Amino acid sequence: MSVNVSTGKKTLKNKVALTDTNLLLFITIGVFIVMYVCAIIFLGRGFTKPQAFFNILNENASLIVLSCGMSVVMISGGIDISVGQVTALVCMACAVHLDFQGGNVFTSMLIALGIGLAFGLVQGFLVAYLEIQPFIVTLAGLFFAKGMTTIINASQFNVENEQFKALKSTEVPVPLMGSYNKLGDYIPAYVEVGVLVAIFVVIALFVSLRWTKLGRNFYAVGGNSQSANMLGINVKFTKFMAHLICGLCAGIGGYVYFMHVGSGSPSHAAGAEMNAIASSIIGGTMLTGGVGNIAGTFFGVLSLSTIKNIVASLGLDEAWWTNITVAAMLCIFLLVQSVILARKNKNKK
Amino acid sequence: MTTQENTLKKKSSFKGIVGRLVQNQLFIPIAALLVLVLFNLIADPSFFKISLAPSSEGYPVLSGYLITIIDNASELAILAIGMTLVTSASGGQDISVGSTIAIAGSVVLRVLCGTDSRPEAMKAPIIVAFLICIVVSALFGAFNGVLVAYFKIQPMVATLILFTAGRSIAAWINNNELPVISDPSFGYYGNFIPGCPVPTPVFIAAACMIVIALVLKFTNLRLYSQSVGINPSSSRLNGINPQTIKLITFIILGVCVAVAGFIKVSRLSTINYSVVAKDIEMDVILAVALGGNALSGGKFNMTASILGAYVIQFLTTTLFKFKVNSAAISAYKAVVVIILVVLSAPFVRKKLIELKNKITAPKAQVGKEGV
Repeated sequence: MSVNVSTGKKTLKNKVALTDTNLLLFITIGVFIVMYVCAIIFLGRGFTKPQAFFNILNENASLIVLSCGMSVVMISGGIDISVGQVTALVCMACAVHLDFQGGNVFTSMLIALGIGLAFGLVQGFLVAYLEIQPFIVTLAGLFFAKGMTTIINASQFNVENEQFKALKSTEVPVPLMGSYNKLGDYIPAYVEVGVLVAIFVVIALFVSLRWTKLGRNFYAVGGNSQSANMLGINVKFTKFMAHLICGLCAGIGGYVYFMHVGSGSPSHAAGAEMNAIASSIIGGTMLTGGVGNIAGTFFGVLSLSTIKNIVASLGLDEAWWTNITVAAMLCIFLLVQSVILARKNKNKK
Repeated sequence: MTTQENTLKKKSSFKGIVGRLVQNQLFIPIAALLVLVLFNLIADPSFFKISLAPSSEGYPVLSGYLITIIDNASELAILAIGMTLVTSASGGQDISVGSTIAIAGSVVLRVLCGTDSRPEAMKAPIIVAFLICIVVSALFGAFNGVLVAYFKIQPMVATLILFTAGRSIAAWINNNELPVISDPSFGYYGNFIPGCPVPTPVFIAAACMIVIALVLKFTNLRLYSQSVGINPSSSRLNGINPQTIKLITFIILGVCVAVAGFIKVSRLSTINYSVVAKDIEMDVILAVALGGNALSGGKFNMTASILGAYVIQFLTTTLFKFKVNSAAISAYKAVVVIILVVLSAPFVRKKLIELKNKITAPKAQVGKEGV
């Protein structure tokens, strides 16, 4: 009897370990470790310092937030390609507010959240309640944000607001991770404020996707919206919430980006939506919906940026190589997903 | 509903004609065109002036806003042909057309210039460059098509790969140099042939339209792509291979992109990788949507799409005329797209039909009694 139970448990455990979410998560973490080891081997000791890792975080804090929002939408079966331009719009709106209208940091944060919320609300309503293809809606959102950024201000400028500059240059020290320079002085490792925000978003979304009702509903709706509907889940509301969260993440990510660069420009975050989608896909989120993990997305961003760093340090620093590498990686992971999906369908039959 | 239609048919009154007109797919683009024409007529009648002015080469050519519209809409119309087919068969859109135009243009310049970025004479005949450019573009189209058809990735995500990488690949083909062709005969295809007052792209676009009209008339392409778009599995059961059809539509779009890219580089005799055909994918999708074609695939009307392309160019030129910043134009167009897709959304359509029935129902009752 006891043997039976234990074997039963064992098979159950095996089954859990081999779900798509876990398999893709393992691939992602594996890819990240391989990348980082490659970077250490090929590019010398720069990458062994903890600060090198924290610099990747500093540079990609906004991408982490954007990708998390993107993952939520993709898990629920949609997509949002407007996030990059919303980031640019947030930067420009906040910069104009701080410099030309004499606003303070707090109101600029509210503006950022408001813009994100507005995009999330409108796009979510159009996608969920009017049943328009998410790609078309968010493509229009992308172009709307692009146009609005130029209408607000057409040229790039740096923000001179003292309060904001203080916030921008705040460095949060990380204990026990510092290093000694050649003279033997201790240099503490640091992260920017944006990284803390990003980590907060990652943890909040990870917890809510795993343990809250709404979070589980995203998976159910993305996996099969019809059966989710039959189970009594409000499919439309769930899709609406997914886009709302993504819009909100775009607002937060936009402000994090703004804190990192400290300027407003129509060309900010160009192609960020592509990086966010690529990170989500590399992190094991399936385009077809229902499969994905925020932790995977986090590692997806790290893998992507490590690759970019490797490409840049190999001397191929022209901008086009980065784009081609990102596209190639996206292509490979899409194919892997497609193969996994085909295998799964075969098993079903 | 049927009784109402019957009464309309029997009476064949003014209302019936209007009703049939509204139901025609060409109604939306034509109505949009009329609105734009009226707006321009009221704002500034000189918009419609066409004059015969000497060009920079000294021979008389037609000039005026209308000519500019018809000229600049050529690429858009050519792309709309391919995009309509892709939309119909795969139920998604190709967003990489702008980037692939950059690749196609880059290939043309690479073949014509060789390794020299400022050649005295062209290194190869133009026709060779054009053919190579068509082959390369068709290959990129096939790449998208394979991802969509065989790996079953959503079209817009599959084409996102080339959307990002395309302009970089284009720059890489020419080592990030900007070759310039000084031979004037290369510019004939994008500007004017000496002695002919009508811009050449208009003829190229017309040729493409004639070709696609013949193809749709004499082959099963229309039927097959529509059936694949409406229901891939049942068309497979009827002996149509949905994967091949999807692939073919993407290759056709690739060829359209090659022609458009060729015109684009010929206009300037050079290329700017980050600017050439920027945001054109939005315009093309808008043209298809404006033509009343369902963006989720299935039935399509090619004439309406092409007409849609000209309407979009009309809108762009109108906005330009009123000194709207070129980057800000996308915001206005986005609003137009949203209005169009909201109006064509199944949910809204259902509500509108219900509303219409509610309004017309009592009248139909009266009409029946009268008959």
